[in-house]
Amino acid sequence: MGIDMIIFTVLSAIAIASALGVILSKNPVNSVLCMITCFVAIAGHYIMLNAQFLFVVHLIVYTGAIMVLFLFVLMMMNLNADIEPQKRNWLKYAGAISGGALLLVLVAALRDASLPAIQGGGNTEIGLVQNLGKTLFTSYVVPFELSSVLFLSAMIGAVVIGKK
Amino acid sequence: MPVQYYIFLSIALFCIGIMGVLMRRNAIIIFMCIELMLNAVNLLLVAFSKMWVDAGRIDAASAQLFVFFVMVVAAAEVSVGLAIIVMMYRNTHSVDINILSRLKN
Repeated sequence: MGIDMIIFTVLSAIAIASALGVILSKNPVNSVLCMITCFVAIAGHYIMLNAQFLFVVHLIVYTGAIMVLFLFVLMMMNLNADIEPQKRNWLKYAGAISGGALLLVLVAALRDASLPAIQGGGNTEIGLVQNLGKTLFTSYVVPFELSSVLFLSAMIGAVVIGKK
Repeated sequence: MPVQYYIFLSIALFCIGIMGVLMRRNAIIIFMCIELMLNAVNLLLVAFSKMWVDAGRIDAASAQLFVFFVMVVAAAEVSVGLAIIVMMYRNTHSVDINILSRLKN
């Protein structure tokens, strides 16, 4: 068992445990904190997979911006008492069972897929800013510009909805 | 390391996200579970990118750019969605989706 396998196991355990914490904890603030832990574990996977630029962007955008936005909204609403009504428990069981059934089906379908292994030794500089920027501004320049329009419309939409 | 491990991890995270969407009633938690599902797919894309780099493909940077665009879309979605949730909370003083399910009044 090599060092990469050990790191993979630890990071996966952290990711899955904190993801379960997101959906099982009663207090929404605890959910957000578990989500941040899960995202940090996923960022560790990114840097193990030679995606250095995505590692930094994931930490800054998701953990630094999106989850802090969630935390602000949650604290603004003052939901710490969590008045989620506990009736209709069968709905929870139905959700858990259907999610588990999907897990079972996907694992059974993809268990025997014949794919090349991640053996290492490939080009380790594929995830650096230089390579990604070159590809982004040659092959994907139209989606890049479209995403700027998307951001502008999202910004205007958020301001318009929030001002009402 | 077989890429199947990453596939299983992503499936587990994705199904946890689906369970959260189906089980919880808090609209913000549901929103966070959607983010979790997006991240499971992102992780799988990066793992496949690494797999094809090791197998000798040249254009494997495309997968990482797809992840970048998914992050862009997720950020835009979160800003608009949280604005909608805040507006609904102002009107109904609750984020319970059973109360939000009737949009009128």
